[in-house]
Amino acid sequence: MKKLMTGNEALVQGAWEAGVLFASAYPGTPSTEILENMSLREEVVSEWAPNEKVALEAAIGASIAGVRSMASMKHVGVNVAADALFTYVYTGVNGGLVLISADEPGQHSSQNEQDNRNYAKFAKMPMLEPATSQESLDMMKAAFDISEEYDTPVLVRMTTRSCHSKGIVECGDRREVEPKPYVKNVKKYVTVPANARGLRANLEVRMDKLAEASEKSPFNYVENPGKKVGVISSGMAYTFAQEVFGDQVSYLKLGFSYPHPLEMMKEFCQSLETIYIIEENDPIIEEAVKLLGFECHGKDTFPAFGELTPDVIRKAVTGEEKEVLPLDCGSVVDRPPTLCAGCPHRGFFYELGKRKNVMVAGDIGCYTLGFAPPYNAMDFNICMGASISAGHGAQQAFDRIGSDMRVVSVLGDSTFFHTGINSLIEVLYNNSRTVNVILDNRITGMTGHQENPGSGRHADNSPAIAMDIEVICRALGAKNVVTIDPNDLKKVRETFNWALALDEPSVIITRWPCALKKLIPEDKEEFVGVFEDKCVVDPEKCIACKLCLKCGCPALVFDKEANKMTIDRLQCVGCEVCAQICPKKAIAKEGK
Amino acid sequence: MTNKKEVKSILLVGVGGQGTILASKLLTLGLMEQGYDVKMSEIHGMSQRGGSVSSQVRYGEKVYSPVIEKGSADVLVSFEKMEALRWMEYLKPGGQVIVNDYKINPMPVLMEWREYSDTILDEIKKAASTKVVQANEEAEKLGNGKIMNIILLGATVKAMGLQDIDWNRIIRENVKPSFVDMNLKAFEVGLQL
Repeated sequence: MKKLMTGNEALVQGAWEAGVLFASAYPGTPSTEILENMSLREEVVSEWAPNEKVALEAAIGASIAGVRSMASMKHVGVNVAADALFTYVYTGVNGGLVLISADEPGQHSSQNEQDNRNYAKFAKMPMLEPATSQESLDMMKAAFDISEEYDTPVLVRMTTRSCHSKGIVECGDRREVEPKPYVKNVKKYVTVPANARGLRANLEVRMDKLAEASEKSPFNYVENPGKKVGVISSGMAYTFAQEVFGDQVSYLKLGFSYPHPLEMMKEFCQSLETIYIIEENDPIIEEAVKLLGFECHGKDTFPAFGELTPDVIRKAVTGEEKEVLPLDCGSVVDRPPTLCAGCPHRGFFYELGKRKNVMVAGDIGCYTLGFAPPYNAMDFNICMGASISAGHGAQQAFDRIGSDMRVVSVLGDSTFFHTGINSLIEVLYNNSRTVNVILDNRITGMTGHQENPGSGRHADNSPAIAMDIEVICRALGAKNVVTIDPNDLKKVRETFNWALALDEPSVIITRWPCALKKLIPEDKEEFVGVFEDKCVVDPEKCIACKLCLKCGCPALVFDKEANKMTIDRLQCVGCEVCAQICPKKAIAKEGK
Repeated sequence: MTNKKEVKSILLVGVGGQGTILASKLLTLGLMEQGYDVKMSEIHGMSQRGGSVSSQVRYGEKVYSPVIEKGSADVLVSFEKMEALRWMEYLKPGGQVIVNDYKINPMPVLMEWREYSDTILDEIKKAASTKVVQANEEAEKLGNGKIMNIILLGATVKAMGLQDIDWNRIIRENVKPSFVDMNLKAFEVGLQL
């Protein structure tokens, strides 16, 4: 049956058809929809893990137990999971195991642009790179067979465009796969050095066999042979190259792209006068071609960063650009992402931004937007969970050099469970006087509302235990812990005063749901009447001072003709942050 | 428009939350059923709401890239005025613009750091063949402002000459049952604009 699917949906279809039984992931753009879609397939155990390392480890356990399993994550998530990955490559699998890495050329939603194809070479594992939705299905399905046949985990490398683009896909039925019998085998699975040295030697033998498999794979093929100019490409960049060159050039399309099919590459290059290597990010294919002794154009011609979309390729090769309409776009105003109306982070950052002599250590989530005006309330962010630990190091350094700077570390609930919890252990164990804030909005917000260990639901929406962050912090040994409503500005101010007066670590938990969250009964019970009201401006009282605009709410609109502030009823959810800022008490809930 | 070999590109743009994704989903489903090769690209993530969004739809006998290049969209469908101007460089010379006469203030305008220009529609009209539609008003008349996306879908179908596809069935099969009637009416309104 033909269906239109994104690459992510097609990966799920392929894994499902291949009989996958266990899938785990941590949300991260552009990989999130993989597990979301898998959780709709009832034959498969689908779980959100607290972080990517745990997700891969859970999948490894399922694989050792004998079933087909997978883990999916964004590129930077593989860094978190790398420890488990490198050693599971040594032991090899029982049931097939596939790791999906969703990379981000162009950094649409990421803090870096690392090219995870390097992991295939680094960890010594085979890699498949789909270019289309159909290939996403086909390669995912084949990946499980390759994994079991060659006794290795397999890397499927996607990019934002291959994850989020739709194409037509021919879907098949699920093939139930008999679980592999579990037989205790310590020589294979217990990686004490005496065993691991043997596994290391086997790895070289396995890679030689995989190199042979890559030469014969149907995913590596020549298209439109016989031209003088040739293109070698993989992944989405291949479709971009086809768009530019059509049938003017010959192509070597690499799908089973590591180990490289070196013989095939050599044969392809021999007949060509000019060779272009069109690959996004690092010169991985290019270096292999050069080692074969061929001159080629790679990063000397194409950018080493960003997407190689057709316009980029065309300009790099021919210098040509498509004609665009002559138009002055000077009046176009940027539309940066902003905290939504009713966002529980707003009141918190409004107050934090007013503090002087404070360094704010940030983290990865919607709340990173606290760095931007009008809040200007963040100094740095590095990676998931780093706010609390980097903040700790900064505070220790400030204190040792005699600086009076204080550090406030800020992260969200899901990020706390991800790796922030380890960072808090660092703070409490090594005792820095940092103020550690957990913005608990009851859901994983930025990636589009995925459940987490604190939200009370599993990936399939079934009830789960809702871990209590305050109880966890106290159990770790935190003495100074409070939970507050971040929309209560006076309370936020008083809590900052209390925490900054302490000479030891403190934890502030702000607990209020994301304004876009689909509320569950527990939310409605805890946050009675939340998001049901609207605020309104009394034009008699409004003096047009515009102080309320400093909270940066998109529902506040100044009416120039009337010279009064107004509130967009469609957006307002009645958080009353603006009402507390108004010096004339001109803003109040409707009907109150 | 009956030449299936030629690849056509439709760029739908707007502000997060305006319903560009549903409109482009219905569009691609109809094109697939008509036997076209279809690809669509969307970039989402980072902002849940309020950011500039685009859906890129390409169809023909064989489509390679899902991405529309600058200077190559056959039609630019904008759900908001300023977004039309932002994406105009993607329109090919001779291409057509369908723009919803509706304004959503970006944060720099709300904060009064920048002005929302009054002359955006004039600038667009000067540069390309432009159809201005009051999709939000028309949708309000039907009783629900949100279905302006389906009105714009109807206008797009007309602009691309794709009326022979069974859109009513596509809509019936892909929107919530309780919204089917209203969506069918909205589509019809869009076709007549």
